[in-house]
Amino acid sequence: MGEDEKNRKKVSRRQFLIRGGLGTVGVLALGTYLFRNPLRRFAAGAINTADAPYMGSTDTPIIWFEVIKDNTVVLHSPKVEMGQGTFTGLAQIAADELEVSMAQMRVVHADTASGNIDGFATGGSTSISSLWMPLRELAATMREMIKTEAAKKLEIATADLTVSDGIITGGGKTMTYAEAVAGVKEWDVPETPELKPVSDYTFVGKPIARVDLKDKVFGAPIFGMDASMPGMLYGAVVRPSLIGAKYRGANTTKAEKMPGVVKIVKEKDFVGVVATSYIEAQNAKEAIESEWETDRNWNTADIKAMVEVGKGKAFVIQKEGNPDDILEGSADSLVSEYWSPIGAHAQLEPSGALASVEVGKATVMISTQVVGITRDEIAKRLDLDKHKVNIIPTFLGGGFGRRLHTPNGIQAAVLSRAVGKPVQCFFTRKEEFQNDTFRPPTHHVLKALLKSNGMIEALEHNVSSGDVAFGSPMLPGIAESVLGADLGAWRGGMIHYGVIPNYQAVSWRVKLPFATSWWRGLGLLANTFAIESFMDELALKADKNPAEFRLVHIQDDERGKRLKSVIVAVVEKAGYKDEVVDGKAMGLAVSTDTNTPCAQVVEVSIQNREIKVHKVTCAMDPGLVVNPDQVRAQCEGAIIMGMSAALYEKMEVVDGALTPTIYGPYQMALMKHAPKEIDVVLLQGADVPGAVGEPPLGPIGAAIANAVFRLTGKRHREIPLHLG
Amino acid sequence: MNISLTVNGTSHTMDIPDENTPLLWIIRDILDLKGTKFGCGKAACGACTLHVDGEAVRSCSYAVKFAEGKEITTIEGLGDLENPHPVQQAWIEGVVPQCGYCQPGFMMATAALLEKVPNPTDEDIDNNIINVCRCATYYRMRKAIHRAAELKAALPMPESQNV
Repeated sequence: MGEDEKNRKKVSRRQFLIRGGLGTVGVLALGTYLFRNPLRRFAAGAINTADAPYMGSTDTPIIWFEVIKDNTVVLHSPKVEMGQGTFTGLAQIAADELEVSMAQMRVVHADTASGNIDGFATGGSTSISSLWMPLRELAATMREMIKTEAAKKLEIATADLTVSDGIITGGGKTMTYAEAVAGVKEWDVPETPELKPVSDYTFVGKPIARVDLKDKVFGAPIFGMDASMPGMLYGAVVRPSLIGAKYRGANTTKAEKMPGVVKIVKEKDFVGVVATSYIEAQNAKEAIESEWETDRNWNTADIKAMVEVGKGKAFVIQKEGNPDDILEGSADSLVSEYWSPIGAHAQLEPSGALASVEVGKATVMISTQVVGITRDEIAKRLDLDKHKVNIIPTFLGGGFGRRLHTPNGIQAAVLSRAVGKPVQCFFTRKEEFQNDTFRPPTHHVLKALLKSNGMIEALEHNVSSGDVAFGSPMLPGIAESVLGADLGAWRGGMIHYGVIPNYQAVSWRVKLPFATSWWRGLGLLANTFAIESFMDELALKADKNPAEFRLVHIQDDERGKRLKSVIVAVVEKAGYKDEVVDGKAMGLAVSTDTNTPCAQVVEVSIQNREIKVHKVTCAMDPGLVVNPDQVRAQCEGAIIMGMSAALYEKMEVVDGALTPTIYGPYQMALMKHAPKEIDVVLLQGADVPGAVGEPPLGPIGAAIANAVFRLTGKRHREIPLHLG
Repeated sequence: MNISLTVNGTSHTMDIPDENTPLLWIIRDILDLKGTKFGCGKAACGACTLHVDGEAVRSCSYAVKFAEGKEITTIEGLGDLENPHPVQQAWIEGVVPQCGYCQPGFMMATAALLEKVPNPTDEDIDNNIINVCRCATYYRMRKAIHRAAELKAALPMPESQNV
């Protein structure tokens, strides 16, 4: 039974209110799934071991569904759609309990005025898993409420009614959901009905096409940057290009005279301009002479030195047995170090927002992963009650953690307030690269002692990383003292080989001079690269097959069994052999992220002194799969994004500035690098859905490095991997 | 200056204060066609790809003055739900998009490629489809490009070519 099963509360009668009118009816649930467990348990549970529960909102009322006159049901999603397919999965889940067809389901982003505000974020691969139970219960309850009204109107007992495709039938009569709900003022709210067994579902488990597919193929204006309002103006904000730069003021005399300028806006913390077109705003911004103060001229070497294990503050996050004494006391211990660089989000749609601020209220259309936090931050800056600020989330042109920080929303709102008109304001690509909330660089020191029988006696993983969760608006300031170690930095950093009698993981925390934060999978990519490369070194030293070596070190509990299953599955599907054939080698690596085990085998060769990945086989067990096609799509994307980070991506710090600042020089995987074959095997070792979007990003880096070692004899200890 | 151009079959004449304004912003902010995306402003990512007289062009770095008298096609003009372009049809069949932001640029680049290379090899695709997709949908895109070539080849020839 998953965490969300244990934490769930049934929808109570008090939690439903109804709003009617205008041919639509909103079914409104109040504060349904508020989570009250202590922060520490939440953090550990959410990030490392289990699915995060849905945290809900204390706002009232909360709109979940609307029934439209054409018998369409609109789901107001508290989770945003950033490509991960959440809208489609939620529509499948709701349609099955509502007894409507997929064609009758429409999913929109819940604006904050609807009250349906996620108390956490869209992130951490939790959207489907956390809403699995609440959404089914809400949908089933609404279905019964509609049936009750139909029974009254048709004068037939509810028990004698059947429903299908949003049509209620009984006693030879039929009625649509829309007809049933029309004009209803007072509703009977039943106790939460029995949910259908998963085996009875029509849509859950099927490869239904994405609900947003056509909008995305025909170019519909659905993204933050596509939003517009009548009379909209264009803003630009001067952003620093140096690390640690503090804004000290600006001379705007020249900029004020630039064509199209409506207003120069000087604030205590930034200076911006509003103009009548995008280009005019950008040109005027370039003409602003701003002053910045920096206290140090940082370079990559400084940053790398800061993140060395031993420099920061250490927290033991996992310990079994007595690894310190055993490893320190033996001259035969194997010690290896690994490194990962600063990584950029590089999502295609830059950060930005469209804001319209009027007297006493504000509307902001924005790509955000933290809808509620975005609202609260903007309300605070504008000195408005938060209920006077409506955030209308748009589709995200990529998320990956970049939109868990949204000061860009505040800037657009401040510019709009200054001119009394709607203002759109977006980052340039250079600003995006220089002011990202980067994936922090890491350093890993691993130590192990092998017994003469080839079994690991003791294993230790030290990871030193810039902050991930700390400093984020999603965690209150108190979290640092409660948690100690940064839960984002150590994601994927624990040792999942429970047969080892003595092991520990130690997280070293370093505060870097630039913002580092959530990046798809958080520490997963770097931690797995280090641990799984090291496991490969140990397997070779023990003269064991790498797959067998892993299997014998995994314990036999539920978690261990699922992990072993994905290894066995990937070995079989890939025909994994630890040998070089025709210049191609295979590499294996394994990770467990938020309870979703994943194993990957890559086939690699060296062509023109470059690492070429021909094929990736991926076996993953995310529990119950709501949409197998979209889970596959997430695996395919995460594998290539992970490849991109493992082989190409790297930010440098040169003379105080983060660089490069454009695609191309910031090398990323392109079409020509993508494997021609990606084979995904999905196991379903749990009866509830688990994490999908991030786990398959874990093993790929180590799997490639392990294959490369077999081709070149060189152990690569730093990503991106360079043959040299 | 006055600029006259045709976009998706409709001719427009407009007064543009700065003739060096990138075509992208004319398309997005004056003609209100938002399917063509801003990604980098330096022709480095391809999100802004559209067709100028049939050629794939990165419109963020293409001054509007060069579009004078030209025929421009954007994603909105490539096809629609009733008559999807083979590339769009293949993208739907393959469920290619994830976040979807870069996809119009990729589809426009692919449509232009198929005009020149009706049946592209993997190598042709690697060499010509060089846009950036952060969701990394490349695996499905490659399949969809091959499928689009099939769909396009199966279309009846335009009448003018049958004569």
